[in-house]
Formats: sequence, structure tokens, C-alpha cells
Amino acid sequence: MEIKWYIFLSLALFCIGIIGALTRRNSIIVFMCIELMLNSVNLLLVAFSKMHMAGMNAFSYSMASSAQIFVFFIMIVAAAEVSVGLAIIVLLYRNTRSIDINFLNRLKN
Amino acid sequence: MDAIQLIYLVPLLPLIGCLINGLARNALSKTLVGIIGSAVVFVSFCISVLIFIQVSKEGFVTQNIHYFDFIHVDKLVIPFEFQVDQLTSLFLLIITGVGFLIHVYSISYMKDETQSGFGRYFSYLNLFVFSMLILVLGGNYVIMYIGWEGVGLCSYLLIGFWFKDQANNDAGKKAFIMNRIGDVGFLLAVFWMISAFGTASYARLYNSENGIISSITAINSPAIVGITLLLFVGAIGKSAQIPLYTWLPDAMAGPTPVSALIHAATMVTAGIYMIARSNILYSLAPVTLAGVASIGLITAIVAAIIALKQNDIKKVLAYSTVSQLGYMFLGLGVGAYSAAVFHVMTHAFFKALLFLAAGSVIHAMSGEQDMTKMGGLGKKMKITYATFFIATLAIAGIPPFSGFFSKDEILSATFAQSPVLYVLALGGALLTAFYMFRALAMTFKGKFRGTAEQEHHIHESPATMTVPLVVLAILAAVGGFIGIPEVFVKNANKFDEFLSPVFAHSTAFMGMREVSHQTDLILIIVSSVLVIIVSVWAYNKFKNYAPSTVGADNAFVKAIKNKFYIDEAYYMLFVKPYRALGAFLNNIFDKKGIDGIVNGVGRSVNYGSRQLRLLQSGQVGSYLLLMVIGLLILFIIQLFTK
Amino acid sequence: MLGTYYTFPELLIWIPFITGLIAIFIKNGKSVKMFALLSSIATLVVSVISLCYTNVGAHPEFFYYNNVSYVWMPYIGSSFSVGLDGMGFLLTFLTAFSYPLIFAATYKSDYKNPNAFFALMLLTQAGIMGVFVATDALLFYFFWELALIPIYFLCSRWGGEKRIAATFKFFVYTFLGSLLMLVGIIFVYVHTAPVTPDAAHSFSINAFYNATLSSGQQDWLFWLFFIAFAVKIPIFPFHTWQPDVYEQSNYPSVMVLSGLMVKMGAFGIIRWILPIFPAAVVKYQHLVMVLCIIGLIYASCIALYQNDLKRFVAWSSIAHLGLMSAAIFAANNLSLQGVMLEMLNHGINILALWIVVDIIEKKTGVRKISELSGLAGKSPALAIFLVIIAFANIALPLSNSFVSEFLMLNGLFDFNIWFGVFGTLGIVLSAFYMLNMVQKTFFGKANMLAEQAQKMSAGQGLVLFVLVIAILFLGIYPEPVIHLTQSTVTDILSRTSFK
Repeated sequence: MEIKWYIFLSLALFCIGIIGALTRRNSIIVFMCIELMLNSVNLLLVAFSKMHMAGMNAFSYSMASSAQIFVFFIMIVAAAEVSVGLAIIVLLYRNTRSIDINFLNRLKN
Repeated sequence: MDAIQLIYLVPLLPLIGCLINGLARNALSKTLVGIIGSAVVFVSFCISVLIFIQVSKEGFVTQNIHYFDFIHVDKLVIPFEFQVDQLTSLFLLIITGVGFLIHVYSISYMKDETQSGFGRYFSYLNLFVFSMLILVLGGNYVIMYIGWEGVGLCSYLLIGFWFKDQANNDAGKKAFIMNRIGDVGFLLAVFWMISAFGTASYARLYNSENGIISSITAINSPAIVGITLLLFVGAIGKSAQIPLYTWLPDAMAGPTPVSALIHAATMVTAGIYMIARSNILYSLAPVTLAGVASIGLITAIVAAIIALKQNDIKKVLAYSTVSQLGYMFLGLGVGAYSAAVFHVMTHAFFKALLFLAAGSVIHAMSGEQDMTKMGGLGKKMKITYATFFIATLAIAGIPPFSGFFSKDEILSATFAQSPVLYVLALGGALLTAFYMFRALAMTFKGKFRGTAEQEHHIHESPATMTVPLVVLAILAAVGGFIGIPEVFVKNANKFDEFLSPVFAHSTAFMGMREVSHQTDLILIIVSSVLVIIVSVWAYNKFKNYAPSTVGADNAFVKAIKNKFYIDEAYYMLFVKPYRALGAFLNNIFDKKGIDGIVNGVGRSVNYGSRQLRLLQSGQVGSYLLLMVIGLLILFIIQLFTK
Repeated sequence: MLGTYYTFPELLIWIPFITGLIAIFIKNGKSVKMFALLSSIATLVVSVISLCYTNVGAHPEFFYYNNVSYVWMPYIGSSFSVGLDGMGFLLTFLTAFSYPLIFAATYKSDYKNPNAFFALMLLTQAGIMGVFVATDALLFYFFWELALIPIYFLCSRWGGEKRIAATFKFFVYTFLGSLLMLVGIIFVYVHTAPVTPDAAHSFSINAFYNATLSSGQQDWLFWLFFIAFAVKIPIFPFHTWQPDVYEQSNYPSVMVLSGLMVKMGAFGIIRWILPIFPAAVVKYQHLVMVLCIIGLIYASCIALYQNDLKRFVAWSSIAHLGLMSAAIFAANNLSLQGVMLEMLNHGINILALWIVVDIIEKKTGVRKISELSGLAGKSPALAIFLVIIAFANIALPLSNSFVSEFLMLNGLFDFNIWFGVFGTLGIVLSAFYMLNMVQKTFFGKANMLAEQAQKMSAGQGLVLFVLVIAILFLGIYPEPVIHLTQSTVTDILSRTSFK
């Protein structure tokens, strides 16, 4: 399959993520949208990695493997982020009885 | 013994005297301070005599004594060096000789001062002698400048000696600042000299074999005209010529012996010394010489006119000094360098004498300086009267007193240059005779016009004051005989002969325009007769002076009495705008303008951040939106810049 | 003795730095005062000994002697390199010489939190020393800031009522300049060739001197560096912080600021701007010199108007520094040599002037010129000192600044006649305002305040005596200083295209 289809898919996912993050007020959904964006990037990284594998010279090989390693990094970071983020949301919910992000401007004052 | 080797002692001794008197002024008794102060100058005088004897020997060549390098930067070397030649040795004699007499005189004159004031006075006076000696001994223009500013400093300190009265301090400050304006000219001339010729040493510049200036033959080249004009600006400041003369009359605020030493005999003649020293340079710039002559002549006449109506005895003498200095510049300007220096010498004698005699009068009158309150003092102060009379005869130019010979030499050289100048100069000489005899008659003749208490107090001054008067009177009477004109006795002008090596190059270069003996004789007779007539007239007119109450002064007389409003004009033109400018720059330009901009930057940052703060709404959604928009913008930029 | 000869520049930094850190822990006011004084004397001793070891003639090349270099940040090509050349010797000596005098002259003053005060003073000294000895651009910047930060705290914690606002402006102003300079340093750094194999570029001064910069790059880099130094000196439109800070701060800090820190600016221009951006200097020197000369006349006019002695000294200092900066940019042998001398002389003279002002304020409790009169009658010794110092300030011959102003003005005159003329006019104006001040405060009839004045202390008298001796010595025999700095001047000029 050509690389462009992967790019299109990834872009589509990313845009869905952005629109979701911008428009939804439920913070859990916002979170999921952010995850979606991260995963679209992961998808792109893996796709490019596969593409570079086909080149089979030393340089492209090392690039390809580092891309895949990077994906793991992102997954770990995403996991950490989710765990912290969800904890924050839970705490907020306890305080405000709501998970609407528009209520989260309390830091201002 | 080679006296030249001792030359460093000449300035060093007064310096030591200054330090001793200054630092130990509270520990030493007044007598001791006076003795130390005078003795150091006397020893300097003795050494100067030895040097003079050596210099006047046959076959003496100019000597340069190098001590150490004062400034040595790359190619520019300014050594601390002395140069001894005829001109120097002559000035050494005048400074230390007259200086010594005035020191002695001061011991009595200042005896009412406090212990520390007395020490301070002698310390300053010694410092002055030191500076003046450095000025004439220096072997290059920078060393001359050291002395040049040094005498300015001492003048400042001594004019403001009684510093509790702010008027004295104002006078001192004025003297210093006006001198400084001249000094700027001097300094710029030195810079120009250094950049044009690479040196400021007389030996390198004026050496008769291969001197840089001596080998120039082009006349009126821009650099030389510039340098000479700037040097002349320095001379104008120091020697109180128009337009920088107004400080000298004010300088009379100082003690009278100071006026005699600094503001008559020595410091103010520094300008003449400097131009005489640079005669080779000036001879190459006839344009400047014409300027020197004109300024000198104008000053001579204007100051003499102002002196006609002054009632303060010291002010009369001050304007007279300004006027006589004008004559010296006239002499220099017409190329009669030797005559000008001769007049410096005779002037030192009779003007110092006039001041000291005036001091004796003021002393007797308990500080009164107004001549309208004097009169008839001749009877009670015989020695003072006699000496003052001799000095008046000398300054008026009545033969055979010293002033006659020197003034005649200048006048005759002026005639050779231009008869018009001669007539004007003669007119000035007549004015001189008039105001001097007026002062003489008002002070010593007629009835006493002061208070009874003052009259009771009048007495002849003590010997320490009268002896210097007598010595100076002898010099003022006979001092002229070393420069008898050719007309009377052949080869009798020993003075010109003595100085001729200094001016030899200029004389050869310019050629001497001399009047024939016959014309000279006629001139002498005419001028002498006129002077005598004017003198007698003035003497008779003011013999029985009584202050008149009737009749308002006409505008011209009023202008003369107010010294042509020059001081007021300077105040309005320079001092006031300077102060106003300072206030404007401080209050408006700096605070509102420059600092306003600086603070404005701070304020606009403050304002800007207050506005930008509003973007921080706290809405997570809007942050995200902004972030996305920012990313998009970056992408777009990326697309278009590739 | 003091180990090897190569450690002098380090000792000059470390003695004040370490004693400064120790001073924080000495809570007793008297002992910390004594401790600081002793520390500064130790630095002075090191400085004097280092001067004995100089042999300027034997090592004509720049930084060839007394230099030492440690690995600091090898991967970015920066090292802890310090060294002393003629100019470095001169200015470290000035710093080492001033500090004991400052401490001794203000020995009677008491401060809140004396330990912090003296610690900050000593840390400032370390920073100033570092600036003068650093031969690595990054290290130079590091010390530049090290000197700035303690002086900020000194001025903002001990001083007059409006000190916070004044000091804040000073800090922001100079810090902004410093940051611009940092940008400049980094840009030049990127264009240097490597010196060590570890790093692609180098911060060492020689690498900077040999950096390849096009004339277009030099043009804007020049201004980045120039603004930093111009604010510090200060040159005409950048001066507005100075009178306020001088007026509001405590005396020791002001002495350090005006005597030493302004020299950092002049030093910076000579060491960093002239040799690195010669093309830009040629392009802009006229413009900068016009600013400097305007500043000279401008400050002279304003100085006459001042009524507060501290502001008066501040403006007179700005006037002198205008002349000095103009002479730096004239960049010829005479003017630069004059600047070298003037850096030392201005340091001495302004220190002496501040001490006199301090004594006056301590004696009478005021420093308004209009309220003072006739001090000379009450304290003749102080009057003598003041008159000598005032005349040294207006460049009277046989006082120190005559020689330096003579050389600077001569250099200006050689560069351009009109600059010379206007620069020389400054000496008339300086005489005007200086004599005015002397007359109003010291002469005339003694008023109430003058009657009450006490005598000055023996310590202050001694300090002034030392300074007056220095003034006279340097005025009569300036040759040692000229000899010391000649090699630096020649070297700077040889690195530039203008000679």
C-alpha cells in the first residue's frame, strides 16, 4: 500500500482529535481526543518507519528503528499523562461536582 | 662653578618654602614664616644672578637641561626639561627680584592676619613664584603650560585669599575661568603643534641650525597662522587683553602685594613672554602679528579711557596695567620683540612700585581705597609720596625715567610700521600720563577728604615696607639706562644687545624697519613735550580736587564710569544663558525628554503586559484554540518560506 | 612565596569571593567590618606583588603573561581562562587600591545587617576583578553579571528613600544591555574557529579576535555590545539612571559604582569592541563621538545647576566620562593611552570627591549646596584636600588628570580638529561648575551648619592624604602607568585597521 493512505488516515485521526478537543466540554472526552492525536502521530511514525525499512541501507535502518523506539516513548508518556490527568479530573470532580472544562478557570484567581 | 647646573634650585626653593609655610603654618611664628618665605625667594634670586652672569658671558649658547620624560607615548616625547637663554635669565631676575621685594613688603602688610592666614598667604605666594619660574624655565610648551595654569591657580587662591567675602571668591573664580578660556587656546595650539611638527620642545622647533620652524620660510601657512592665533588667545586670557580683560580689575580684590606681584609685575606678562619665546613662529605669520598689534593697541586705548574715570586707586592701577600690557602687545605686533620685553621689565619696576605705594596708602588709610576720600597724604607719607611720584614719572614716559626708554622704543617701532598706529599709541600714552597724574594729585595733594579718625591714623609705613619701595623706585628711575636709544649714544642699548641672540632669527627673517635717527629724535621730542604738558595739566587740574556735586555726567562719561558695561554684557551673553541652559537641560530636556523616553519604554511594557494579560482567560478551550491557531500559522509560514 | 607567578589573576578573584562568602556568617558588625578591610588589604597586597612581577617589555604579546586556563565547559569551547595584560594590571590595581580606601573612609558608618552588606561588597569586588582578568567571552559575561547582581542588592537595600525605584531602573537598564551583549557574544561565538578538538567553536578571546565576521554582521553586533557598555559608562542618551542611583545609594556602593564599575564599560569597549568589530567602529565612530561630546557639554551644563552634592558629582562624572568615551573611539595611540591613564585617574579623583561629600554630609547632615557655606573656616584641612581634588578634577597641570586629558584631547584633536576643540571647551565648563561648588560650600561666611561641624576623623584624613599623594604623583610622573599600558594599546591598535 502506498504511504499516502497512511498519511491521510493519520491526518484524519489528528483532525478529529483536534476538533474534538476544541469543541467538547467534557474533560474526559477532551482527554480521549488528545490520545487520538497522539495515536495518529504514532501511526504516522510507524508508517514512515516501515517505509524507511524498505530502503535497506544503514542510515535508513537506524532512522526506522529510532522511529519505532519513539513510538514506545510516546505510548509511555501518554500512559503517564492519562494517569496523572485522570487523577486531576477525579480530584476536580470531587471539588466541583463537574467535569466540564469551562468550570476549570478557577486557577485564574 | 657652573650655575646652570643649579637651575633646578631656582623653582625648587620656593616650592619647599610653600610646603613648609603651608604645612607648618600653625607651628611656626609669623616672623619665621615671613623669613622663610622671603629667604627662599632671595636664594633663588642669588642663583638667578649667577645664571645671569654666566648667560651674559661671551659665547654663551642656549642650554637645555633634561630631567626626566614627563610624557612618553610612542613617538611623542614631552620631557620635563628646562631651557636657559637670555630671555629666561632676564625673566628669572625680574620674578625673583621683584618677588623678593614683595615678599619682604608683605611681612608688614599682612601682619594683622591670623597665624594660619599668614602662613597660608606666604605659602600661596611661594607657590606662585614656583609656578612662574616653571613657566619661564620650561623647555617646551607643555612645561610652560604647567606654569601657565599654575600661576592661574595661585592667582585664584590669592584673589580669594579673604575667602569669607564671596565677592573676593567671585573675582577669583572669574579670573580663573577667563584665564581658562585663554588656556583652551593655548592647549589647542599645543595639540596642533604636536600634530603638525611632532614636538613641542623649543630646542627642536627653534634650533638655529636645524629647527623645524626655523627652517620654514613660507609665510602665513595655515597651520602656523592657526597655531599663532591660538597661542595668542592664550596670551589674551593671561595678559588681560580685549576681550578677556575684565578679570584683572576685579582681581584687585586680593591683597595689594599680590596685585603688585601677580597682576602687575609677573603673571600678566606671561603672555608677552610666550610670544617673545615663540617669536620665530610669529614672524612667519604676519597676519597674526597684525592681529596682535591691533588687539594691543585697542586694549591700550580703551583701558586708558576707562582708567580716566576710576576713583578706586587700585582700579586705576589695574586698568593702567591692562593698558600697558596693550603697549607690550603692540610692540610685539610690530616686531619689536626686544622693546616689548624691555617694557615688561621697566613696567615690572614701576607698576610693582605703584601698587606697593598704593598698598602703603591703603594701609595708612585703614583699608580705604577710594581716592575721593584721600588727599594731602604727601605731607605725612613722604617716602611713599616720593616713590609714587617717581613711578608716575616713569609710567607717564617722562625722560629720563625708565618708562620713557621702553615706551619710546615701542613707539618708534610702531612709527616704522605705520604712522597711524603711532598717533593712536601716542594718544594712549597721553591718556596714561593724564590718569596717572590725576591719581597722584588726588591722593597726595590738596586737602584730606576722609574722616577725622582716618586722618589721625595716617602714618608712614614701617621700614620693611618702605625699603622695597625705595629699591623699586631706584630701579624705576634708572632702569631705563640699559636701553638708551641709538640716537643719543651709539651702541648703548645693552638691553637689545643682550637679547639679540633670542630674536636673531626673526630679525634676520623680517628685516628691521628702522626710522632714521633724525625722525626718531623728532618723535622723541614731540612725544616727551606732549606728555609733559598733559602731565602738568592733569596735576594742576586735580591738585585741589574736591568732589563736585553739581552737573550730571553725559552719556559717554557715564559709560566710562561703568567700564562700558562690558561686565554686564558678558554676564547677559554668557553666564546667564549658561545657567539657563543648565536649568533647561536638567528640568525639561533630561527629566522629561531622555528620562521620559526611558521611563516611557518601561511604562509601555507595563501597559502592554496589562493588555496581554487579558488573553489569559483561564479557559482551557481557548488556550487550546490559540495553540492550534499558532501551529497552523507556523505551518503556513513554513509552506511559504520553503 | 605566593606559589607560582601564574596564580595572581586567580588570587585577585578568589580572595574577595571567598572572604565575601565567609563574611555572611560574621554577624558582629565590628568584626565583619574589620574582616572586610583586612580582606581588601590582602587583595591589594596581592595586586601590588603582581605588579612587581610584571615585565611588560619581555612579553609584548597579548595575554602572554600571567595567564592561566582551566577546563570549564570544554564541550562548548569555554574555559576558565584569566590573564593580566597592561590594562588588566592597571584596572585590577585600581580595584584593589580603591576597596581598602572605601572601607577605611566609611569605617565609622554603620549599616543594618552589616554581614550582608560587606559580603555583597566583597562579592562585587570579585565580579569586577573577574571582568578585568577574564580572557574568555563567556567567563567575561559571567563576571559581568556577578558584579551587577550584588551591587543591585547593595543599592536597593541600603540608601535613600527612593532607592528602590532608582535601583530598579538601573538594574533593568544594565541587564537589558547585558542580555543584548550575550546575544552578541553567542553570535560571534558561532563564527569562531575551534581551538580545542572537543568543541566546534571557542569562547576564548583570541578566537573572538580572529572570528570571521562580514562588515554587515559587524554593524549590528557593534550596537549589541555597544549598548551594554554605553549604559554602564554611561554615554550620553543612556545616562539617566546614573544621577538617581548616585543620589539614592549609600556611599560605599556609589564609590564602587562610579569609581570601578564605570571602568568596566570603558574596559569592555577597548577589549571587546575595538578589536572584534574594527570595520563597524570605523563606520560608527563619528556618530558615537558626537554623542560623547554632546554628553560632555550637556552634563557640564547640568552640573552647574545641581544643588545636591551627590547629583553634582554624578553629572561631573558623566561629563568626564563623555570625554573618555570620545577618546576611546578616536582610537589612536595618544587617545587610547590617555584613556588608560584616565581610567585610573578618574577612579582616584571620583573616589576622593565622594569621600569629601560623605564627610560633609556626616559633618553637617545636609548635602544641599545652597544650605552649606564657609566650611573652610571650620575645617581647613578638608578645604585643602577639596581644593586639590577639585583642581585635579578640572585637569590642572601637575595633577593626575592633566596628563590623561592632555593625551585624550590631543588624540581627539589628531582625529578631528572640531572634536578636539569641543572637547577642550569642556575644561572651561568643568572649571566653571567645580569652582562654583567649591566656592558655595567651602568659602564665604560660615553658617550655622558649618559652625556645628565636627572635625574629620584621622582615618578619613589618612585616606584623603593617600589619594592626594596619588593625584600628585601621577600628575608629576605618569611614566610608569604609560609604560605599563603601552603594550596593550599597541596590541589593540595592531588588531584594528585604524591606526
